[in-house]
Amino acid sequence: MVATAPETTAKAAPAFTPTREPTKDALAKAHAPPALIDCDLHNELHGDVQALLPYVSQRWRDHVETFGARGPAGSYYPRFMDHRQDARPPSGKRAGSDLSYTRSHYLDPYNVAYGILIPLNPAPRQLNHELGAALATACNDWQVAEWLDQEPRLRASIAVPNEAPDLAVQEIHRRAKDKRFVQVQFSGRPQEPMGRRKYWPIYEACEEYGLKVMSHAFGSYGNPITGAGWGSYYLEDHVGPAQAMQANIISLVAEGVYDRFPNLKIVSVENGLGWFASLMWRLDASWRLLKAEVPHLQKKPSDYVRDHLYATTQPMEEPPKPAQFFELLDQLGSFVDHVLFASDYPHWDADQPDDAFPVRLSDELVKKIYFENASKLYGLT
Amino acid sequence: MTATAQSPAPTNISTRPPVIDCDVHNVVPAVSVLFPYLPDHWREHITNTLFKGPVDSAYPRKAPTTARPGSIPPDKKPAGSSLAHLRSDHLDPMNVETAILSCTYEVESLHNPDAAVALARAVNDWQIAEWLDQDSRLRASIVVPSQIPHLAAQEIDRVGDHPGFVQVFLPVRSQHMYGTRLYHPMWEAITRHDLVAAISFGGAPGVPPTPSGWPSYYFEEYAGMAQVFQSQLVNIVAEGVFDQFPTARVALLEAGFTWLPAFMWRLDKEWRNLRRLVPWVKRPPAAYIKEHVRFTIQPLDAPPDPRHLLQVIDQIGSDDLLLYASDYPHLHDADPDQLLFPDLSPTLAQKIRTENARAFYRL
Repeated sequence: MVATAPETTAKAAPAFTPTREPTKDALAKAHAPPALIDCDLHNELHGDVQALLPYVSQRWRDHVETFGARGPAGSYYPRFMDHRQDARPPSGKRAGSDLSYTRSHYLDPYNVAYGILIPLNPAPRQLNHELGAALATACNDWQVAEWLDQEPRLRASIAVPNEAPDLAVQEIHRRAKDKRFVQVQFSGRPQEPMGRRKYWPIYEACEEYGLKVMSHAFGSYGNPITGAGWGSYYLEDHVGPAQAMQANIISLVAEGVYDRFPNLKIVSVENGLGWFASLMWRLDASWRLLKAEVPHLQKKPSDYVRDHLYATTQPMEEPPKPAQFFELLDQLGSFVDHVLFASDYPHWDADQPDDAFPVRLSDELVKKIYFENASKLYGLT
Repeated sequence: MTATAQSPAPTNISTRPPVIDCDVHNVVPAVSVLFPYLPDHWREHITNTLFKGPVDSAYPRKAPTTARPGSIPPDKKPAGSSLAHLRSDHLDPMNVETAILSCTYEVESLHNPDAAVALARAVNDWQIAEWLDQDSRLRASIVVPSQIPHLAAQEIDRVGDHPGFVQVFLPVRSQHMYGTRLYHPMWEAITRHDLVAAISFGGAPGVPPTPSGWPSYYFEEYAGMAQVFQSQLVNIVAEGVFDQFPTARVALLEAGFTWLPAFMWRLDKEWRNLRRLVPWVKRPPAAYIKEHVRFTIQPLDAPPDPRHLLQVIDQIGSDDLLLYASDYPHLHDADPDQLLFPDLSPTLAQKIRTENARAFYRL
């Protein structure tokens, strides 16, 4: 009953052609493509931590100049390449760090109604938590001054030192009145599984303000990046967020975080989508056998996942047969209402909005994924 | 779905199709049973220090998953520790043609390398004398000090040509990933003796089982073990184990398999984009997996909609990958006789029950 799947029908990933310009079609339609919400738009720090130094005190400027911004040594996999070459601004700044170019190259042609900024920033990985807190505050001040105040289509994620929850909570209190901040940013591989009680004060603050918790792929706070040690290649680092996020979801369910914080929503960014169905099956099967150990759970695990988790599209799954993509959607069931479009602009593996799926989706699903699901989640109209 | 009831229906064994059971656990009930196979030095050390041998187990003794109803032998020792009980409770009534034993004795948890080597040798000699020599239906897995690859290779060389050993037992949780160069001497030994590398649920290597550290509950380790298997598979393909050792065969025991299609899609996509980092990987990773890797069917992780299980089996894209396994004496949520086999073609059902394992293990 099982035929060997032809490998040839898969569409080339957009990432194959990182140098291309927006397609002619995209430009032709530029006057009226349907508005979209992009849930993973990167505002890059030109010069990394140096870009934040104007926003920190002299004490921390001196510290960074002398000792650097130190994270766990030996946990970094050099990337395949820097960002999309076509996204490099004429100003010579790093791709994604020049708002005027992000506007003309991406926001305008693709009719981005809202772009949710995710700053890949050095705060979460600092070994020195005081410095991490200072850098988080600086990053958020930078976002306000150089991004949010300059462009009304932007929303942002609050940078926090998530390994120092008391300091993270202070930063959340500081930002929450500014409704342009819609979520709090977690490292993809925090020091402890995301459900552990260490992080509960962060969730409590998020629930108080209606902020979402967003976990963006990658990072390490010193644990090996897999459950069996360190991988060898960036390829493994780049597949790995799927495994890391599954471990975090298992933890959030098992610890009863969603019973304790019933309005908490977690957004998984750049961790993939294809594994959600099998994870829910396995969680439910494991829970039926082991529920005596977690008697505090009020519902079966998949109910928590369907109610509280959201997932972004990029990097999109590309099964060898298009029909298998529809089977995937069928297996996700109601969870398709929690799928959010994300481009990951301007990274090398970004998905173009007009070329993000291996199949043609129904008009209804296009509306949901590109706009309505995020609109409901974040209250963006 | 209800938990599998054990003590299978009173025996009309001829009505059950025969199976090759690729995951049956033989358990060391206490370190003292290994005394006949240990040198004097270690017998004395264990006696004097009250050392209990490796006790960090991925199977809490009284957890419902560890011992299915009826599997505790009459002497009340741990489930899986008695061959006589295994015969009467499982091999006979389930019409098991061949059972491949997986002994999970956690020598990888011992930081003292001499203790790890001595206990691994003793377990393997115990398996030969008290299991393989006692029942012709049995095959077994070589226990090795997997944390020290060249010592693992030495143990494989010591017993690897015994006809009863068909594979090397490698706990999926490890300090270092099994594809890395550190392990290539072990892969040389495994392929030199034409054995299977059986990467298996569990392990006690001292490093956390998730990329985010230690979870609180056994439930998390149990459900999350699938992700550790996934990571090992990525590393083994990326490091070119199947290119350097083209005869290598890998069985994933108790890994689940419903995650496999989406995992292969993602891995193939990453390879298309990033293959210049690993130029020795000449084909899409899924092609290597289909050629070299097999998966036991328990835990089934069955979806609530039976259509979805059939979709998954179709999406795997090969009839050769799944191997029947009971995982005796462990308990599972779903019974393949109810949830899997009735929906398969007779040909595929027979492949999963016996023929895939017969070909893969060359039985």
